[in-house]
Amino acid sequence: MKQVYLDYSATTPVKDEVVKEMLPYFTEAYGNPSSIYSIGVNAKAGLDLARQRVADLINADAKEITFTSCGTEADNWVLEGVADKLKDKGNHIITTKIEHHAILHTCEYLEKHGFEVTYLDVDKEGFVTPEALEAAIRDNTILVSIMMVNNEIGTVQPIKELAAVARAKGIFFHTDAVQGLGNVPIDVKDLGVDFLSMSAHKIYGPKGVGALFARKGTRLSNFIHGGAQESKKRAGTENSAGIVGFGKAAELAREGLENHIVHSSVLRDALWQKIEANIPDVHFNGPRDRRHPGNLNVSFDYIEGEAILLMLDAYGISVSTGSACSSKSLAPSHVLDAIGVPITRMNGTVRFTVGDFTTPEDIDYVVDALTKVVTRLRELSPVTGQEGW
Amino acid sequence: MAVYNETVMEHFMNPHNVGEIENADGKGTYGSPVCGDMMQITIKVDENEKITDAKFKTFGCGSAIASSSMATDMIIGMSVEEALELSNKKIVEELGGLPAAKIHCSVLAEHAIKSAIYDYAMKNGKEYAGLEGYDPNAEEDHHHDDIEEE
Repeated sequence: MKQVYLDYSATTPVKDEVVKEMLPYFTEAYGNPSSIYSIGVNAKAGLDLARQRVADLINADAKEITFTSCGTEADNWVLEGVADKLKDKGNHIITTKIEHHAILHTCEYLEKHGFEVTYLDVDKEGFVTPEALEAAIRDNTILVSIMMVNNEIGTVQPIKELAAVARAKGIFFHTDAVQGLGNVPIDVKDLGVDFLSMSAHKIYGPKGVGALFARKGTRLSNFIHGGAQESKKRAGTENSAGIVGFGKAAELAREGLENHIVHSSVLRDALWQKIEANIPDVHFNGPRDRRHPGNLNVSFDYIEGEAILLMLDAYGISVSTGSACSSKSLAPSHVLDAIGVPITRMNGTVRFTVGDFTTPEDIDYVVDALTKVVTRLRELSPVTGQEGW
Repeated sequence: MAVYNETVMEHFMNPHNVGEIENADGKGTYGSPVCGDMMQITIKVDENEKITDAKFKTFGCGSAIASSSMATDMIIGMSVEEALELSNKKIVEELGGLPAAKIHCSVLAEHAIKSAIYDYAMKNGKEYAGLEGYDPNAEEDHHHDDIEEE
């Protein structure tokens, strides 16, 4: 059966070039990068090259890049590390209501340990304004953390303007760029951010490796304690094959960024146009402009998202629900809630993300299957066609 | 590989008894789209108080649709009293199990059946032990609270 993967925001396949560069680090340059004999030094050389390549992708200096086990670790580290380092200066952190759980749940943890967190509202497209940020800053604010690109609705925040507000007040600014990396141009010097979180597996690299950019001169307590790896900033034997893969993926992302953006946005726009033309009672969520190039978030009236997902799976199509099916343990999407999507509509929301391996034929196949699935589920639904359902 | 077992997937992909019976003897709905799932069941009951047909329409996830299909299969041929005794646990058993977070979908089916029978009882002036204390309007807000988990 044909397989169409449209969930690139969840994770990406690892590109062949990346796998090829990683393999020798399992079997030949397998040494511990801290060892000073040849096979250790060879592994260390792989880390150095990867660090430079990741730095180049965001116009940072290699010394400002520290590898972690994932984007979530980078997020946890920067929030807890700054909170700890600056706790004598203040205990107030500002973030938004639409962050990834890696940020939100870490903030909730910090709130249990004496910190205060302001969660900024967003407008109906998911944007935060510099004015709202400025108004939330207090004398005891020590950190602002605002995601670069939202993982559900694709909103690309005005990071440069937001970071400028924090910088003017001498407050550290962090951005979770896990969804932004490789999807929007990033220049940390131009953006003026102090910290930036990244992940390899969203840019056609392997899972199990991420990185934190910390601008020279920033202050941050360590998060993982142990050996002297990563210039004593992050302990634990380095995932050398994974880091090498991240480096190669970063190089490919930098070289292919323009093509990736054009390819993805053309197919994403075609997907929406065809959905809108073929299926009635659908709603587009999130911004039209300043959006992740591959992200499309759509609500289908009268039906439930998980049912759509499972029926599409039967056609070999992989997508995400914008919102988990209601039950005691699965809450509706905090992002859709923050932008004011009505709860009935929230339940029928699907996130599609196209990527480098998506073809125009895939889009046609998906629209055809989706039309059948939605029609079928609406036949099953007791609320189809009802006013104000 | 799927998150649900083969029986659940079969009842979800090819559900039985879909639709709405015209001139039904009983019609019940349970849940709402706000809760994330809603089920409507219509039944046909003969003069011996036997359920001769049942159909459903469901707004909900895969397990809600599968539970509706299985539950309607199960009550066709049952007496009204037998159908009132059908617990969500039995529906889950027939489906070969549901993930813990989805057990409430089977509860939805149990309640939708009760609601349809209640409608039949009201229309025909019948009383059943299984409907004692049953108030179809009281439970809408709480249907996630009375989940009988394995």
